[in-house]
Amino acid sequence: MADSGSSGLRITITTLMALIFAIAPLPELVNQAKPPLLLLLVIYWSLSAPRIAGLMFAWMCGFAIDVVQGPLFGQHAIAYLLIAYLTHKLQLRMRLYPIYHQTFTVFWLLALYEFIVFWIDGIIGPAVTDWMRWTPVVTGALLWPLLVGILDSWSRARR
Amino acid sequence: MVTLSSDSRPIIGRGPPLGARFFVLAVASIALMVFDHRGGYMDVTRSWLHTAVNPLYAVVQLPGQLWDWMTGGFSDRGRLRTENTQLSEELRAARVKLLRFDALTEENRRLRAIRNASQGMGERTLIAEIMRVDLDPYRHRVRINKGSQDGVFKGQPVLDAFGIVGQVTRVDAIGAEVILISDDEHATPVQVNRNGIRSIAVGSGDINRLTLPFLTIESDVKPDDLLVSSGLDGIFPAGYPVAMITKVERDPSATFAVVEARPLAQLDRSREVLLLWVDPATLPVQPATPPTLAPAAIPSVESAASATTAPTTATPATTAPTTPPPP
Repeated sequence: MADSGSSGLRITITTLMALIFAIAPLPELVNQAKPPLLLLLVIYWSLSAPRIAGLMFAWMCGFAIDVVQGPLFGQHAIAYLLIAYLTHKLQLRMRLYPIYHQTFTVFWLLALYEFIVFWIDGIIGPAVTDWMRWTPVVTGALLWPLLVGILDSWSRARR
Repeated sequence: MVTLSSDSRPIIGRGPPLGARFFVLAVASIALMVFDHRGGYMDVTRSWLHTAVNPLYAVVQLPGQLWDWMTGGFSDRGRLRTENTQLSEELRAARVKLLRFDALTEENRRLRAIRNASQGMGERTLIAEIMRVDLDPYRHRVRINKGSQDGVFKGQPVLDAFGIVGQVTRVDAIGAEVILISDDEHATPVQVNRNGIRSIAVGSGDINRLTLPFLTIESDVKPDDLLVSSGLDGIFPAGYPVAMITKVERDPSATFAVVEARPLAQLDRSREVLLLWVDPATLPVQPATPPTLAPAAIPSVESAASATTAPTTATPATTAPTTPPPP
């Protein structure tokens, strides 16, 4: 029980940090390639603590993104939900993948996420068709091994 | 390889299956999107939530504020002095201009009195600061630090020292969101200052470019023409500088010329903007107005526009039924 409490705390801290990262302005060039850190965390926690970070958690995270940035409530919420659902479905396999394979899976999940956001954008108005829009998929996937390294060593240190 | 944190809760009997939960939440998000997009039922909720997440915005602001404070504290005497000299020079120049302006205002008032027209410009302004918050890199929206507590309202014009910046689209208690004139969902009714030709300047999604898609190839416009607001939308008061024409391309086989303009307001540089309250009497009396926003604008923005129909609007019926009357 104590352990589940401590990972709950870690989840809260990392989520808040990722939310702040999401709205922190970066220099013009880097800004468009800003990785979706919160989504990566949702994937990570769905794999690492699936019974604490469930679908409701993912949905809340997406909704939080909608509140702080989005033009529409529910857009990122549903995208996060779908990604978390797929992660939960794949979790037993994904956890055993070697890191490069896992990164590749995350890459596809991020691409799917961007596509859903893009799609809903297109429904509600003129969507941005700039290719730069897809760069977060690449930066996010590249960030994945680093994130796993940091969070894993943190959870081992806490154990 | 992700390590699994041990979890002592039982595997069996932990709520409904994954698929069912997914389904319920997905339906909930779709319902949210429909209510938010179609009806604008979420405005109150949104304003509450924005007020609630304001501490988060404050945290994001901190490093920038700290930097400003430090550079302010350590900037040397010499630099402050040069800045001071420069500012007083600018002030002197502005005063001289203002003297002339006063005379003109007086003359204007006299002429209006002769014609029994409305009394001069009754305007009030308030300085707001643009928060260092990144809303969406592809949408030209910014957040300012003045909200409904200061009387900010939806559809309020926002200016800076050089021209029109945009209009307020969402308001909560302590902040507001402003759509810039360069956003591709925004359009500004303008007038060529030289000869009074009216048109609409549509944002392009590029911060340095507006397009004027509704000028025919015969229209008398040329590069370096100043575009001022025409005031026909009932949102932006007439006569404020908007943009400078940069490019006019006339293809003899086309009906419309390709006209581009550069916004005069420093959309990506100014940190301080002016919120403007205009005395409604000075606005023209509800003419057949072009819309302030492009046809495909989202309803929350669209309801800020005053008019619903215009020759340029392809789908006038897209306006939300709950459109409030223009202020």
